[in-house]
Amino acid sequence: MAGWFLKGVALGVKTTKYPRRAEQAPGVSPGLPRPTRFLDAAQAQEVASRCPTGALSASGSEVAVDARKCIHCYRCLRSDGAAMSWSDDYDWADVPESATGQGRPLGFEPRFRRSVNILVVDAGDCGACLNEIAQLAAPQYNLHRLGFFLTPTPRHADLLMVVGPVTDAMRYPLLAAYEAMPEPKRVMAVGTCALGGSVFGPSFIAGGGVAELLPVDVEVPGNPPPPLAILHALRVVSGQIRGARR
Amino acid sequence: MTPRELIATEIRSRWSEFPLTVEWPAPDRLRIDVGEGSTAVDIAEWLVDERGFVFAGMAVREHRRYWRIHYLFYDHGIPGLWIQVSSDTSREQPLIPSLASRVHAADWHEREAEDHFGILFEGHPRLGDFVLHDEEWPEGISPMRKSFDASERILSRGTRPDWSPRRILQEPGAFAMTVGPIYGGLSEPVHFLLETTGENVVRAFPRLFFKYRAIEKRAEGLDVNGALLLAERFSATTAFASSFAFCQAVETMADIEAPPRARTLRVLLAELERLRRHVGSIRGICGSTALAVAESRAGYLEEELLRLSGEIGGHRYLFGLNVPGGLAADLADGACRLLAERLAEIEHALASLRRMLGTTSSFLDRLEEVGVVTSEEAGYHGLVGPVARASNIVCDLRAAHPYSGYERFAVAVPHEEEGDGYARLRVLFDEALESARIIRSAARDLPSGAVRTPIERAPRNAWAFGAVEAPGGASIHWLWLDEEGRVERYRIVPPSFVNWHGFHLAAEGFAFQDFPIILSTFALSVAESDR
Ligand code: SF4
Repeated sequence: MAGWFLKGVALGVKTTKYPRRAEQAPGVSPGLPRPTRFLDAAQAQEVASRCPTGALSASGSEVAVDARKCIHCYRCLRSDGAAMSWSDDYDWADVPESATGQGRPLGFEPRFRRSVNILVVDAGDCGACLNEIAQLAAPQYNLHRLGFFLTPTPRHADLLMVVGPVTDAMRYPLLAAYEAMPEPKRVMAVGTCALGGSVFGPSFIAGGGVAELLPVDVEVPGNPPPPLAILHALRVVSGQIRGARR
Repeated sequence: MTPRELIATEIRSRWSEFPLTVEWPAPDRLRIDVGEGSTAVDIAEWLVDERGFVFAGMAVREHRRYWRIHYLFYDHGIPGLWIQVSSDTSREQPLIPSLASRVHAADWHEREAEDHFGILFEGHPRLGDFVLHDEEWPEGISPMRKSFDASERILSRGTRPDWSPRRILQEPGAFAMTVGPIYGGLSEPVHFLLETTGENVVRAFPRLFFKYRAIEKRAEGLDVNGALLLAERFSATTAFASSFAFCQAVETMADIEAPPRARTLRVLLAELERLRRHVGSIRGICGSTALAVAESRAGYLEEELLRLSGEIGGHRYLFGLNVPGGLAADLADGACRLLAERLAEIEHALASLRRMLGTTSSFLDRLEEVGVVTSEEAGYHGLVGPVARASNIVCDLRAAHPYSGYERFAVAVPHEEEGDGYARLRVLFDEALESARIIRSAARDLPSGAVRTPIERAPRNAWAFGAVEAPGGASIHWLWLDEEGRVERYRIVPPSFVNWHGFHLAAEGFAFQDFPIILSTFALSVAESDR
């Protein structure tokens, strides 16, 4: 057992400096296209038409990006034609209008500021979002140092993180989990599928996102959102910072 | 006569009184069409029982007057052979001859077809409640039928489940425990029914399909590029393997081959995905035994591999790279060499983790002689991948049916005899290290040139299957395109679907507290099996 202890020590400090400093390591984010100006309207049209999810819209020679719909297929980037400019950031989380409109105070009561317990419910994801959440426990991110903890029971949870488009078979279990959580509680929709269904929904068997069922407080775009984007979202939902305000 | 031709001749002579059509669309692919009747089932049983073929999967096709069923088999021989046996049953017949009553590996395939198409198999116990949970779905819905309108939501669901498990165990003191569908910290939804008389699980029954997104149905009517997104994304842990198999099917139809550079890069990327997935599975096993330092060590390596994937391919799960004809983007030689260098460090760390775990007796106690699957059981259920190889079934498509130039890498196929949790863990470690070796070797002599062969004539009115060794085992993707080149039918048989079928073998007879550990050693994906 002493061997294991030494192994633990030998890992050394490899944890990201985020949020104190932006993480610059390559490969931490799949990135998103940035609004881009093209030579002319025809070119802008052509680029926007390559997007399979309607995340791009051309107006004149400019192409705007709806990050909530982008699935990082890179079709607007990798092609013989013109390409969108790209950004490798990850601070994508935002508060949906439905939540701000109601004047819901964002963030938890002061008593939660130090520790937030999170219940994760998989409502039909492809496995990527769930795996990216799992990475938050890896030494590179070490979620606990920021006061966030995963819990397996709704009764201890302050925050519900939902991944997936919400398949019909998961509607009831998801609602039951939400109802079992004590007040005050918050809901975070993680990933393109949870935001709007992505390539899976809405369909005859799956929904078009969590908001069809539950009041969503924070949305995290990304397919999947990388661990840092989820960390950013956790800071938004706990009231430490404001959203991306796209 | 080659051994391959011998099989064809033998089938012809054994079933000489039946009008069989035998074709060789490729030297390693044999197609046998038997027309109506139960000849297909007879041939299938003979292939599996007498000739050691593996039942790879089944695809149902709906025609106006009949149901067409394709059964696919492959062998372990080198060079290997694929055999597809097809038969028709008139729609006026109430029952379709059942293979599952003779080849158990076909069991779940027929149950799934029953729910998908509303067809019944003769002699197969009609269980229902498989893909479509009884409490959720109104009776009589068959979503894979052409007549089913998939654009309409059926909102009679979302109700409180009144499902209660069918209890089998009838002993005094027997009771059943249900777990799920939401359980544990970060688990995919599954409903487990565990029956017991005390300490040990006597009967384990996983109820799946809470994540059913009807990928096969959604693909219908899409063009190839649209369906590719579904192929790649229904299961992220094996996105590259699945899109690889899908692209193979399209390339076979279009009669093209990816350029040499893309073929080698695909091998490199597929192995990177396997390495990452296996390290993730190892993390899961360490976590299930509450060995926190080992879990965090493996988690560290997994995140490093995700970052490396993102760095060389853009996306941490390698989305957006595979396209019919090759790759959507080239990888820089420098990046590949850098990858090979950085892998040395990861290999070193993995080998040391393996050594440490191998000498931690409290850890070994939880895995050794726990969750045993015998070789016979694994064969009978047609299990695939590392799970099968840990039960001494030495089969790997990369070796037996090489594709994309795998033959150049002389892939080693690690295998073990015990069939317990520790054997599965060792196979995962050995395969991960073998993947690292293949990546380094691929990066060393990358061919130069283009990475995409243009498709001159888009395939129409054609069909083919693609098959790869995904991290979890053989992954089969059938694709049929109509006159306009749109998807008419897409059938996926992923490894997790096959291995979930056999999971109960490992859980039964072992203590309750071993259950999560046994589950983790199977490295199953629910997104992949539910699809
Ligand atoms: S990456 Fe793909 S999904 Fe995202 S904007 Fe570009 S084309 Fe659309």
